[in-house]
Amino acid sequence: MEIDPFIFRLSIFILSIFIGYYVVWSVTPSLHTPLMSVTNAISSVIIVGAIIAALAGSSENIFNTSSLFGFVAIILAAVNIFGGFLVTQRMLQMYKKKKDKNK
Amino acid sequence: MISPNLSAIFYLISGILFILALRGLSSPDTSRQGNYFGIAGMIIAIIVTFLSVENVSSSLIYVILFLVIGGAIGAIIAFKIPMTAMPELVAGFHSLVGLAAVFVAIAAFLNPQAFGLGSTGNIKLASLIEMSLGAAVGAITFSGSIIAFLKLRGIMSGSPITFFGQHYLNLILGIMIFVLIFYLCKSQSENIFWTVITVSFLVGVLLIIPIGGADMPVVISMLNSYSGWAAAGIGFTLENTALIITGALVGSSGAILSYIMCKAMNRSFVSVILGGFGADNSTDQSKESKDKKPVKSGNAEDAAFLMKNASSVIIVPGYGMAVAQAQHALREMVDKLKKNDIKVTYAIHPVAGRMPGHMNVLLAEANVPYDEVFELEDINNDFANSDVAFVIGANDVTNPVAKTDPKSPIFGMPVLDVEKCKSVLFVKRSLSPGYAGVDNELFYRDNTLMLFADAKKMTEDIVKNLD
Repeated sequence: MEIDPFIFRLSIFILSIFIGYYVVWSVTPSLHTPLMSVTNAISSVIIVGAIIAALAGSSENIFNTSSLFGFVAIILAAVNIFGGFLVTQRMLQMYKKKKDKNK
Repeated sequence: MISPNLSAIFYLISGILFILALRGLSSPDTSRQGNYFGIAGMIIAIIVTFLSVENVSSSLIYVILFLVIGGAIGAIIAFKIPMTAMPELVAGFHSLVGLAAVFVAIAAFLNPQAFGLGSTGNIKLASLIEMSLGAAVGAITFSGSIIAFLKLRGIMSGSPITFFGQHYLNLILGIMIFVLIFYLCKSQSENIFWTVITVSFLVGVLLIIPIGGADMPVVISMLNSYSGWAAAGIGFTLENTALIITGALVGSSGAILSYIMCKAMNRSFVSVILGGFGADNSTDQSKESKDKKPVKSGNAEDAAFLMKNASSVIIVPGYGMAVAQAQHALREMVDKLKKNDIKVTYAIHPVAGRMPGHMNVLLAEANVPYDEVFELEDINNDFANSDVAFVIGANDVTNPVAKTDPKSPIFGMPVLDVEKCKSVLFVKRSLSPGYAGVDNELFYRDNTLMLFADAKKMTEDIVKNLD
């Protein structure tokens, strides 16, 4: 009997939790705020689902109920992607060492 | 169009790039590079999605248009937002992820063909469970984050809202979600699907309203975690590796942060969630009973004098510094002190502020080099060898009662040993106790000087007096 593909995805999921566990513990506490904003940005990869839903509208009816939800989700996720990465970048730019702070 | 196998490999690559993005945050030096990895991962995921969709209809132009609109809004927010508003911003962003998860789940439920999940009214069982769980967690994340946002923004009072039977109501609603999902799987009914989402929205609100202001670091981390689990749920539905990996990463990241925050407050996760901390001994009562004891209060001149004659000063910032936006004035003060060859360091308690790492970001914004900023366990021994502790806008995290009085609600919480310094300066608006409703006995000690004023104004005055 073949293994259900679900089991493979479940394995990826569980292993990723372990990766996440070890990676996040190694994050320095002073960067916990950027950690939150960047995790927020990457979780917006949910936009792939939104794009699939939005593109599924037929050519006669681009905005059916399902694709409409997709379109709105695209906006929401896009706000998050751009906002999340840019604000993280802005924060990280501010973390400087003693040497290069002479202005 | 590219084959599903090829796109799966690209999704895996973007998942790995996301892991590297988090890995980069282990030090400020590598963090910027990490962020670029994250951006690269996102770009790959989006492009692959475009390439993998069969016969792209005329909707493509709209997809790109909406992407640009959302992106522009996000970019404007990211550049305009002041650093002090970061907790609200993160809460707001969590709500968007949650809502996006709900919408994607709805779209998949209404049009399962597009996702290869069966046909309308006949969706594969596993997919149905995954999408309804994803939608439920997403809805909880959304409404919970909105409440957190309103509380952090000050639109809604930060004090806990509790009522009789609250926890039972939450429990019943929680069970109801599972029962509804069970029936949804049996009937494939659209109405039940909508009900699941509605009930979940309600649960999100009810979960967060009993939690008070200073527990916000836990709440934000928790919502961060939820948004990850919601994404993972949708990832299973869409059979998308990037989304599953990301969801797991974000979910565990938020869970770890919640754990760190709870530990720093010596509170169990459950008691934070159940909320209502400090609600029974309200701040007003303790204020009245405690105003008898003598307090030494001083002005900016006294503080400047004390610090000028010190050889080492430790700064302890707290939420009050964020509220007063005093970080730049503080940095100016420290620069002056350093010119007089005084050693200055910063001590940060894990729960100072309203989100994990809140103080670090503010200090970084004020150009404080990060190697002068220390975490609790790294600096706590230094207080005994320092001359002055300058506590600006912090309170509970310095309260020695946490070490001495088992009856105190904050007993056992790790605190900064500021009392071991030769003298302690407290910049505070009034003698009122902190969030926990506990009076701080440090205020009445002989080596404590209270500086009653707005944190920013006081610091500016000290700067003037240092000349």
